[in-house]
Amino acid sequence: MKHRKPEMIRGARANVPVAASAMAYGSVLGVLAAQKGLSWLDMMYMNSAVFAGAAQFVMVDMWSNHMPIFEMTLAVLVINLRYLLIGASLDPLFSGRSLLHKMGMMHLVADENWAVTMSEQRNGSATTWFLFGGGVFLYLAWSSGTLIGLLGGGFITRPEEYALDFAFTAVFTALAVGLWRGKGDVLPWFVAGAAALLAHKFLPGKWYIVAGGLAGAISAMVGPCESDEVEKVEEVEDAAGY
Amino acid sequence: MLPAIEPQVLIAVGLAAAVTYSLRLGGLLLASRFPRSGRFRRAMDALPGALLFSLVVPSIVAEGVWGLMAAALTAIVVLRTRNTLAAMLCGMLVIFAVRKMGL
Repeated sequence: MKHRKPEMIRGARANVPVAASAMAYGSVLGVLAAQKGLSWLDMMYMNSAVFAGAAQFVMVDMWSNHMPIFEMTLAVLVINLRYLLIGASLDPLFSGRSLLHKMGMMHLVADENWAVTMSEQRNGSATTWFLFGGGVFLYLAWSSGTLIGLLGGGFITRPEEYALDFAFTAVFTALAVGLWRGKGDVLPWFVAGAAALLAHKFLPGKWYIVAGGLAGAISAMVGPCESDEVEKVEEVEDAAGY
Repeated sequence: MLPAIEPQVLIAVGLAAAVTYSLRLGGLLLASRFPRSGRFRRAMDALPGALLFSLVVPSIVAEGVWGLMAAALTAIVVLRTRNTLAAMLCGMLVIFAVRKMGL
């Protein structure tokens, strides 16, 4: 394990852009939490135990003097269902690692450090410690953001004004570009995008991520093989007179 | 002075945490039991890209034509420079400018 520390630092560095926007958004959650009467200890407990941005927003929204425990748990389950797929997609990265190692690393997997790690893995240089280092860094940024918002009374109350809400979209778009594998991805990405748009229109919450991810993966399963596709492309090119 | 955490908060957040961690670890542990080749493997290989693409498409489309422009610029910048931060800032700048001008 002599590469543990440099790998963690490399992971943390790669997460700087996403951590900056997570911190800004964390401060918004902190402001909302202050209005709901959460103490800084409540906030830190939630940050440390749950560590999932979207779910925490919903939890704070549902927060009251008499906690709707069942509804809250169900809402968190639905919103975080995508982590089942995110976890599954990390299998190649964790191959050969012990159960204990997996158990220790997975808690700090969020959308952000997952996406950064997946894009790094396309270059063949991602490790589990890279993922974990990003997670630790993200946790620190997210937690300090929420505490600044909670205690400081929100200096970024309207992040939309500064396009901060688009920061996540932009950074995830950049990372998605890194995951593009070529022609074979046309079908799964097209199906994923279409399914995500439909689900976003007709289903509440974060279902669109699960729907799009599953639809894209299934289309890759039932769709033509890579070799078939190459032949098809050649046929088209022949027909076009190349 | 340390504020106390109410028992109901302890339970509610604790359950949310248990559910979230189970999903994270459960996905990883289930996947290691899946076949290593064939059609299922192809689905698993396509999953990361499909998942990340699904994450961004609705929010890009929600911004309309300028959202598509911002996303295209982001993609071009990251392809040219391999710099995620620069790409993110370019995309944000488009949306910031568009909103400021009320387009």
